[in-house]
Amino acid sequence: MKKNLKNKLKNMTSYRKKSVLAYSIVILAFIIITIFDTLGFVTNSLYGQLVPICVYISLAVSLNLVVGISGELSLGHAGFMSIGAFAGVIASTVLQESVVVAMPRLFIAILVGGIIAGIAGVLIGIPVLRLRGDYLAIVTLAFGEIIRNVLNCIYIGMDEAGLRIATSAEKLGLDPINGKMILNGPMGATGIQKLATFTSGFILVLFTLFIVQNLINSKQGRAIMATRDNRIAAESIGLNVTNFKLTAFVTSAALAGMAGALFALNYSTVAPVKFNFNTSILILVFVVLGGMGNIVGSIISAAILTILPEALREFSDYRMLIYAIVLILVMLATNNLTFRAFIDKYIGKITRFLRPKKRNPDFPQKEEV
Amino acid sequence: MTFLTYLTSGLGLGSVYAIIALGYTMVYGIAKMLNFAHGDVIMVGAYIAFYSTSSFGLPAWLSVIVAMAFCTLLGIIIERLAYKPLRGATSLAVLITAIGVSYFLQNAALLAWGSAPKVFTSLFAKIESFKFFDGQLVISPETIFTVLACIIIMLVLTFFTAKTKMGKSMRAVSEDNGAAQLMGINVNSTISMTFAIGSALAAVAGVLLCSSYPTLMPTTGAMPGIKAFTAAVFGGIGSIPGAMIGGLVLGIIEIFARAYVSTELSDAIVFGVLIIVLLVKPTGLLGKKIHEKV
Amino acid sequence: MNRKGRHSSKEEINRNLKDFKGHSLIPERDIEDPPILEITNLGIDFGGLTAVNDFNMALGRTEIAGLIGPNGAGKTTIFNLLTKVYQPTRGTFLLDGKDTKGMNTIKINRAGIARTFQNIRLFDKLTVEENVKVGLHHEINYSLLSGMFRTPAYRDGEKDAHEHALDLLSIFDMTHLADAPAGSLPYGAQRRLEIIRALATNPKVLLLDEPAAGMNPSETAELMETIQDIRDRFQIAILLIEHDMNLVMGICEAIAVLNYGQIIAKGTPSEIQSNSLVIEAYLGKQKEV
Repeated sequence: MKKNLKNKLKNMTSYRKKSVLAYSIVILAFIIITIFDTLGFVTNSLYGQLVPICVYISLAVSLNLVVGISGELSLGHAGFMSIGAFAGVIASTVLQESVVVAMPRLFIAILVGGIIAGIAGVLIGIPVLRLRGDYLAIVTLAFGEIIRNVLNCIYIGMDEAGLRIATSAEKLGLDPINGKMILNGPMGATGIQKLATFTSGFILVLFTLFIVQNLINSKQGRAIMATRDNRIAAESIGLNVTNFKLTAFVTSAALAGMAGALFALNYSTVAPVKFNFNTSILILVFVVLGGMGNIVGSIISAAILTILPEALREFSDYRMLIYAIVLILVMLATNNLTFRAFIDKYIGKITRFLRPKKRNPDFPQKEEV
Repeated sequence: MTFLTYLTSGLGLGSVYAIIALGYTMVYGIAKMLNFAHGDVIMVGAYIAFYSTSSFGLPAWLSVIVAMAFCTLLGIIIERLAYKPLRGATSLAVLITAIGVSYFLQNAALLAWGSAPKVFTSLFAKIESFKFFDGQLVISPETIFTVLACIIIMLVLTFFTAKTKMGKSMRAVSEDNGAAQLMGINVNSTISMTFAIGSALAAVAGVLLCSSYPTLMPTTGAMPGIKAFTAAVFGGIGSIPGAMIGGLVLGIIEIFARAYVSTELSDAIVFGVLIIVLLVKPTGLLGKKIHEKV
Repeated sequence: MNRKGRHSSKEEINRNLKDFKGHSLIPERDIEDPPILEITNLGIDFGGLTAVNDFNMALGRTEIAGLIGPNGAGKTTIFNLLTKVYQPTRGTFLLDGKDTKGMNTIKINRAGIARTFQNIRLFDKLTVEENVKVGLHHEINYSLLSGMFRTPAYRDGEKDAHEHALDLLSIFDMTHLADAPAGSLPYGAQRRLEIIRALATNPKVLLLDEPAAGMNPSETAELMETIQDIRDRFQIAILLIEHDMNLVMGICEAIAVLNYGQIIAKGTPSEIQSNSLVIEAYLGKQKEV
């Protein structure tokens, strides 16, 4: 039996091994935190961070699909997050009476957030993915800003007559007694009913991993990576390059929307300014630091970089400065040949020493398979 | 008459964009990289000018020169430390590094100068506004001098790239980096020179921008930087007249959008224009088409 | 089944066949079938400069043909025209009797032309097996959602793809390299992998751009055998560009010589070897003493 399992693991491709490792880490972390929580070891400030950590892990993993796997720089990930966030809040508020139980309502809200963000992903992706390289990056940035600008001008309310949408609070003409403001322009969504829990965050992370890793392991995923590695060769073997880039882009947008919905439903108010360019960059830092294309890396760096600023509060002024330096150094370290040779020489020795002599250095624990 | 007032302030803003866009376009043309941090060099330039007048009591014209000198140095240092080691790396890696540099500058400024906005004293505070049509059309000295500065810079740069030895080697490097090297052109120093010129222009742009819009913060440069890049792309990246046209058009669109549509949506409209231009003409108005060799 | 041309008119085929029979370029065994590739008056200009002009050629269904000529003669440009990397300025070509006008690179591959590149273009970060599987993309039958949710269709599809990929890799004895990243392979192996990847798309015509470049004589000899094996096993036509005259003369049944974008000679290897125009193109005109 044991030997059978061993053989099975041996026959897995490296991608499969990495995905098993990713699931194992997330499940293990969830179990440990839950145990610590019941024992009362989890501080209030950490507890408050649990849902955001899950949200940022999902965002980092989904952005990695575009940046690492598909090889296009997207600077507007927070835009999709915000679309999902406000769509989720609207869905949750509308269903407040009809779906009373929190969990299914949260589920529907997240789903709605994902679908709306996915649709936005299609609408934005079709024009954007005709461009390449730097141009593509700058246009995703532009779209991110446009989304935020437009959200700043949207007012949505609900009363007996149903949903109302307008470009100012006065024009909304909401019933002053029964009317409920859902989206209040630059103030954003207020009076949100908090539905998000750590468990729901954990499930979202698992779902994100499931979709992204399965996509990478499928024929579409291979085509996406092939397109990244060599566009001309990919076309020469009959792959419709734009379609595959779009697949990655839309999947990523939908997952970001779901994460956004969970994020918004964790607070009582959320303003559009929360989803600005800085947030997009923050997620990009997670991806770059974890290693582009490396899903496990994204999980770890998103988790650590979300906890760390809280833990090192006295250094909070230097936090963004340090992120900036880290971003530059990581890029230099991974892309400059002399730098890389230097690192291989010294750090390589340590990692080689730490690795077991057996094959498959990134072999996961057997028990967790 | 209000139309004319908007048009002139649009030209003023557009001229600032054009000067910033020139920096983007030159660096992009020669180093083939999007120097995302360019906008933040503007902010640094404005701060240096601000402190040279307010803390050291330097006259306005001298503060501009100090700012230019500082930014030139800054530009060369950034290029040496962050971008030069990445020559030959993928454009994705270079762009992410540039974003890192941009973030570094913003946050270093935040630590050095604080987050509270400074009120920038205009360079032309002592000059009175120009009145036309019995005072119906008032043009501020800032607008006039910004437009003038833009025209002068554009003419000097055109002359510089066309006639001087350094300018010619810049064009050679932008055309074919490897061939230029074989012809004995020092590619590294040419690229450094480009960064130096671009950064000096950024300092001028910073001072002019803050003369018209006096709030100075660590994030002051970010938005104008992105918009000026938009302008450079609009005009066709790598083209000096393209940057000028792009900057002016974008400035006018922005002011009109603010005046006639909505202040909140003006940025969205500017970016919307960028997207449309790129989709219709992916290399901008005056840009060249690039072929990949198979 | 569909061996008879479907779209080109009978007269056209007859005219072409007569022409080709007259030159005895299409091998005997293919002469009954319409040619797989019929190129007529193909030409392209790059901003006033004529890179290829008046290129005419027909390729039998299982023929191995060579395209030779000095550097810069336009050989790779012809490959780029045949794979629609460039759209021709003049002329067109029929693939299996169908006009290819308006097709793009993707469609032309789906219609049956696959190629390798002079400067190798592999998917460096993918493994050898994955490179082949990407070539098999359209053979594998499962949807995006079934991949995302790992349905049985996904498992079956992947299993078949794995077996098919290994089978293709065995052509060049590369199965033991299946898990290596393609970018880490030695030069010769990368060239072979490119051929396998092209074959994976199930082509009717295989275009090889300098397949023996950088190989030593014994590797080249092996390659010659394998190219013939591929033709026999898959029953496809192969057109190759090569500077190694041993390879070209050894396996090509017909050769076209290109100089300055024009065909200067067409014929069997022995005809080409004794053609004075060809010798002149390669060695220059003999000076009169």
